[in-house]
Amino acid sequence: MKIRAAIIGSGNIGTDLVIKARRSETIDPVWLVGIDPASDGLRRARELGLKTTHEGVDGLLPHVEKDGIRIAFDATSAHAHAETSRKLTRKGVLVIDLTPAALGPYCIPPVNLKDHVGKREMDVNMVSCGGQATIPMVAAVSRVQPVEYAEIVATVASKSIGPGTRQNIDEFTRTTAAAVASIGGAKKGKAIIIVNPAEPPLMMRDTIHCLTEGEPKVEAITRSVHEMIEEVQKYVPGYTLKNGPVFDGRRVTTFVEVQGLGDYLPKYAGNLDIMTAAALRTAEMFAQEIAQGTFVLAPKLD
Amino acid sequence: MKLQGKRVTLHDMSLRDGMHPKRHQITLDQMIAVATGLDGARVPLVEVTHGDGLGGSSINYGFPAHTDEEYLRAVVPKLGFTKVSALLLPGIGTVDHLRMAADCGVATIRVATHCTEADVSQQHIGLAKKLGLDTVGFLMMAHMIPPEQILVQAKLMESYGANCIYITDSAGWMLPDDVTARVALFRAELAPSTEIGFHGHHNLSMGVANSLAAVEAGATRIDGSVAGLGAGAGNTPLEVFAAVLDRMGAVTGVDLYKIMDVAEDIVVPLMDHPIRIDRDALILGYAGVYSSFLLFAKRWGEKYGVASRDILVELGRRKTIGGQEDMIEDVALDIAKQQRTR
Repeated sequence: MKIRAAIIGSGNIGTDLVIKARRSETIDPVWLVGIDPASDGLRRARELGLKTTHEGVDGLLPHVEKDGIRIAFDATSAHAHAETSRKLTRKGVLVIDLTPAALGPYCIPPVNLKDHVGKREMDVNMVSCGGQATIPMVAAVSRVQPVEYAEIVATVASKSIGPGTRQNIDEFTRTTAAAVASIGGAKKGKAIIIVNPAEPPLMMRDTIHCLTEGEPKVEAITRSVHEMIEEVQKYVPGYTLKNGPVFDGRRVTTFVEVQGLGDYLPKYAGNLDIMTAAALRTAEMFAQEIAQGTFVLAPKLD
Repeated sequence: MKLQGKRVTLHDMSLRDGMHPKRHQITLDQMIAVATGLDGARVPLVEVTHGDGLGGSSINYGFPAHTDEEYLRAVVPKLGFTKVSALLLPGIGTVDHLRMAADCGVATIRVATHCTEADVSQQHIGLAKKLGLDTVGFLMMAHMIPPEQILVQAKLMESYGANCIYITDSAGWMLPDDVTARVALFRAELAPSTEIGFHGHHNLSMGVANSLAAVEAGATRIDGSVAGLGAGAGNTPLEVFAAVLDRMGAVTGVDLYKIMDVAEDIVVPLMDHPIRIDRDALILGYAGVYSSFLLFAKRWGEKYGVASRDILVELGRRKTIGGQEDMIEDVALDIAKQQRTR
């Protein structure tokens, strides 16, 4: 039995998630929630047979019990998230947060998905596209030896980021930097985002710099990086190592490219794909727990 | 060209853009010496931060000798006439850095975005205005899109609260007609109360000529750098531009002999290498590449056995923009791979 889900936010991320979730063996996307009746995402979702509302999360709430919604993906904005989450978790809906609000614990699937098993968290945060694309590489180094400092540079195509991300650019850098440290395993983290308008649009590129404590263990780190690339490729096939790991003193740098599947936005928008694919993978893990009865969703009281 | 009687505000870049050729290693004493010298020469505004703006301290752009806060707290209290500005690139710095700079006493915040991406600056321009600061929108790599398109971006920044909008020739690619077309359109279409500024690089030796074209078309703030200390072949040499404006009867309020002395006696001695148009700097201007890529291209070219000029041309071909310093090593590695397989 599939677990029924709602997707909040009918922009690029929400709409891409609708397309991906329809292919899932454990998640059934039932609702897409927007705020603009003219939204292309809502139109697409209706064509695919989903229920839609343009009245925001309040338009969904009366249907949550009746339609058996157990999981919601929040793809709105950092500012809207707290309210959305409160309304949904009160009804016993588990929220996967794709905004950089970061109220709940961070989840980067190849690094710490297993840590969330059995925790019964009602709101987990997916960090950011840049975080999903880079933190696995930081972790690939930090699982070999301590990382004093890690810094990531995420470059995305202008056409691949919507108004939400643009207005929340500070939240992106802060949240990503915090997760580079706490999930990536670096003592200190920094994040930089570049929006490039080139035509044709460029693929998402990410550069991950780590400063190791002591001389970097070249062979072990190289092996660990290649293994981690394969882990990410399991859910984002277009995640590739372009150059590196480069070793320069204590600096270890990897250069990756993220090509998307081209579901909603074209393939250059790997930043979109890695976020939605990671969120779906996370939801599928929880869905399995819910289906097995090891995670019983209960209304969260304030 | 008639500039008689025109008022121009000169803004010195040596302690911010000049951090690039110094690999962000200017000392506090050097900062104070230059800034107080410029104060004595009655230069109205000097910029002080990491070369890539507030929060630029990084592996990617270079770790500075001191934090932005240390530089600002050292310089601001030493100045009487001269005010201090700070640069902020959204995506690198955040409103937290902006608040810190305001707390240090900066008078001006300049929020810089790539010329097509003004809408990432709303939070920062909005806050700077709310804090009562002189708030500038700084549209970088302004040669990459036509005047009508950059006007749309300028209007966005104006709508967020910027009281001055800059056309920033980050690559030093523009010729005077390119400057005139953009400034004249801004002057015609932006609010009369919105000031227009121009920031040049000297990669094609056009710093002074372009700045004159900007003033003629209606710009009232011009960036330059004393002794030209800035990325690439440097910025418009400020003491030279001040002398030219003086000859033309424009009014800057700057003491020409004193600014010359700052250039010669304080700034030139602290340079690590002469700021001149070598072939790599020339390529920046010729190919339209971000000026602060220069030293990185030289460094990675040397490390990986690749001609720095080839790296810069490839960066131009890939349409890289300001901030993508990480791609310089990536391109060098790619070219080195190609050379091995050849």
